[in-house]
Amino acid sequence: MDAAQALADLVEISSQIESAVLADTEGSVQASTFGDDAKASAVAKEAIGLLRDATGPGGEPSQVEIAFLEGSVFVVRDDERVVAAITGREPTSGLVFYDLKTCLRLAGEQPARKAAADAKRRSTKRKDEPEADDGEG
Amino acid sequence: MAKGRVAAAVVAVGSVAGAAALWFRRAGKSKERVEVYYADGSMVTFAPDSEEAARLFPIGRRILSQARS
Repeated sequence: MDAAQALADLVEISSQIESAVLADTEGSVQASTFGDDAKASAVAKEAIGLLRDATGPGGEPSQVEIAFLEGSVFVVRDDERVVAAITGREPTSGLVFYDLKTCLRLAGEQPARKAAADAKRRSTKRKDEPEADDGEG
Repeated sequence: MAKGRVAAAVVAVGSVAGAAALWFRRAGKSKERVEVYYADGSMVTFAPDSEEAARLFPIGRRILSQARS
């Protein structure tokens, strides 16, 4: 599943999420629900800044929730990606975090599977290739 | 006599309204918080008046306003 499909599934499954953006850990947007690249990029960069500023004795956090009276901000990261989401007021935090982690996992599935398939293909190809021309000359 | 009763009623109503306003304000504020989860499984909650929340709340507000603009 690619990043856009993972994010589309997220907002379809989670009725609490108003909008979301999926980016790599450098802030490059991979998918968003905003329909505006500049806005998606700005939100992704702020989300990464939030994780950086929330770094404490336990290192950089894996998840952050900021709850305001008018809504909440959720940011979840893994080794390769960051997903940030906006919800209405008083969301069910556990469910939102679960859905965001699922989104990250799904977004990461395709590259891992593709890499494994590519590695297998390369390995098969090498076996099929004829031996080097060491018989000549 | 009647003036005294009116004054007492005004004071009573004012006190109840003031207490209710204070309660609602505090109840509302207590819902604002920052929760930070670390990879080792630990979690910290920062109250709105904490130093950490003062640093993180503005970022959260910017994200919320940008997302909803």
